[in-house]
Amino acid sequence: MEKKDKRLEKLNINYSEYTTRLSKKFKNRIPYKPSDKFRLLSFIPGTIIEIMVKEGDRVRKGDEVLVLEAMKMKNRIKSPLNGRVKQVDIKTNEVVPKGKLLIEFKPE
Amino acid sequence: MPIDQKIRELQERRKRILLGGGEKAIRKQKAMGKGTARERIMILLDEGSFSEYDMFVEHEARDFDMDKKSLPSDGVIIGTGTIEGAPIAIYAQDFTVAGGSLGLMHSRKITKIMDHALKMRIPLIGINDSGGARIQEGVNSLAGYGEIFFRNTLSSGVIPQISVILGPCAGGAVYSPALTDFVFVVQNISKMFITGPEVIKTVLGEEISMEDLGGARVHAEITGNAHFYAETEDECFAKIKELVSYIPWNNQRKAKNMEPAEPLDDCKIDNIVPSDPTLPYDVKDVIRSVTDKSEFFEIQRHWAKNMVIGFGRINGSTVGFVANQPLELAGVLDVDSSDKAARFIRYCDAFNIPIITFVDLPGYLPGVDQEHAGVIRHGAKVLYAYSEATVPKITVIIRKAYGGGYIAMGSRHLRADFVFAWPGAEIAVMGPEGAANIIFKKEIMASDDPEATRKAKVEEYKSKFANPYVAAAKGYVDAVIEPCETRRMLIHAIEVSDNKSVFLPQKKHGIPPF
Repeated sequence: MEKKDKRLEKLNINYSEYTTRLSKKFKNRIPYKPSDKFRLLSFIPGTIIEIMVKEGDRVRKGDEVLVLEAMKMKNRIKSPLNGRVKQVDIKTNEVVPKGKLLIEFKPE
Repeated sequence: MPIDQKIRELQERRKRILLGGGEKAIRKQKAMGKGTARERIMILLDEGSFSEYDMFVEHEARDFDMDKKSLPSDGVIIGTGTIEGAPIAIYAQDFTVAGGSLGLMHSRKITKIMDHALKMRIPLIGINDSGGARIQEGVNSLAGYGEIFFRNTLSSGVIPQISVILGPCAGGAVYSPALTDFVFVVQNISKMFITGPEVIKTVLGEEISMEDLGGARVHAEITGNAHFYAETEDECFAKIKELVSYIPWNNQRKAKNMEPAEPLDDCKIDNIVPSDPTLPYDVKDVIRSVTDKSEFFEIQRHWAKNMVIGFGRINGSTVGFVANQPLELAGVLDVDSSDKAARFIRYCDAFNIPIITFVDLPGYLPGVDQEHAGVIRHGAKVLYAYSEATVPKITVIIRKAYGGGYIAMGSRHLRADFVFAWPGAEIAVMGPEGAANIIFKKEIMASDDPEATRKAKVEEYKSKFANPYVAAAKGYVDAVIEPCETRRMLIHAIEVSDNKSVFLPQKKHGIPPF
């Protein structure tokens, strides 16, 4: 009976292949990506209310680069590094989800 | 005034109040597939058993023109009755009266019946159908919720508490069900969330429907907040009655014994489990092959399906089953399945229900998401719950029991009272493939034909360790049994454990990895 079950797939655990059903949660899990310090992502969904830098600007670590308003808080986002702004990927008043790319940097 | 006239006056007063929020509101309620608060109570309880209290309670709010409004019974019905003869305290919010909103007197009625239930040591059932806090009553409604949560916590583990979500249950209100033992939801009717779609949209710009955010299916499948899912209110009430039949009235008692009955003939236990440990089967078939009438009352059927929990009866007595499910995610332990098992074990322990564990798992689910979600902290709950439980604990190792999973799943080392293993059991640190790759790494790499050597070494490991006899030789397994002997062994184990008493070090309470 089990052999006819079309939902059966393979799952490898400690080098053994198990025949089993996979949950939606398991299939939809987001593969891990190491964080990239040159890509500034939104840490919370919200609205961009001010952008202080433009493409090509030189930034020092700690310089304020934009203001992201979320949950009635105006979060002043700072540059994580010394470098240059490669690209600004947002516009003022844009509503951004969590994890959205806001600004890309490049080394000086 | 003559007495018969006074009686008529009482009857008139009752009649007005029984109309709740009026015919129009009742029609609206019914159009949504919902019953009225009193109807729901009548269907759930034994016929004629319900006694209502505080029918004439009225609110005292004065602000925002509230003094001109009359809210019959202040939007909630309380009372006591019986389910199959078992005494029950119950409250049901009446959505037809001011949207079932919770004000001061409304909450006082609920806490009154909660106090009563705790004092009388009888189960409490709460039917939730409310728009939330009665905003006109300000902090008084918040105080009301707080008083309810406090009593939910106080009663936890003393009397069974059952929450039935038959309408909206939003904001702070959701924490009462979350603190109770079992939560019932009904398709299209139940809605539970902390912040609703409107707020989420305004604050975060995310758009989602009420159903997708916190509908019945969501809580049954994704969040695990709900324990039972039904398609209609009637089906939900039938399930509540069934649940009540399995559990005791309070923590000083045992669940009522039923007439013993044999499993059905078609549940042939010998032919369920494939000998190849990588092939799946439905562990519920194993459970049904040992229970009376092959009945199994599953809890949280749609969530964390790699772990199966629920009640059944063995020779007439209620037992709780905890079982890995090889059919789903190979039966691994992960964040959700650990939470599911641990809470149920603590429930059984609190209410004197013996725990039967069926083990067949390859270990823990590997993955960054699991590690980062705190599988250490969540997995530890299972160890904690089994170790702490003092009810009879009987473990049957069906097939694989590898590594930390073996220890966690009610092993001898966590003080299982009886550990049985089937002849196909493999009790080892890990599966043969993984173990051979590590132990014989050098030989495999140095070999002219590494693949052949690897296979040979896997076989060598299998024949040495992939069996129950190494563990049996140390007494970690009490008996290696044929599958068809399982029910007899379980019946006997439960009989001899009836007066089990163990002494734990005195403490106020432990610090479980919540």
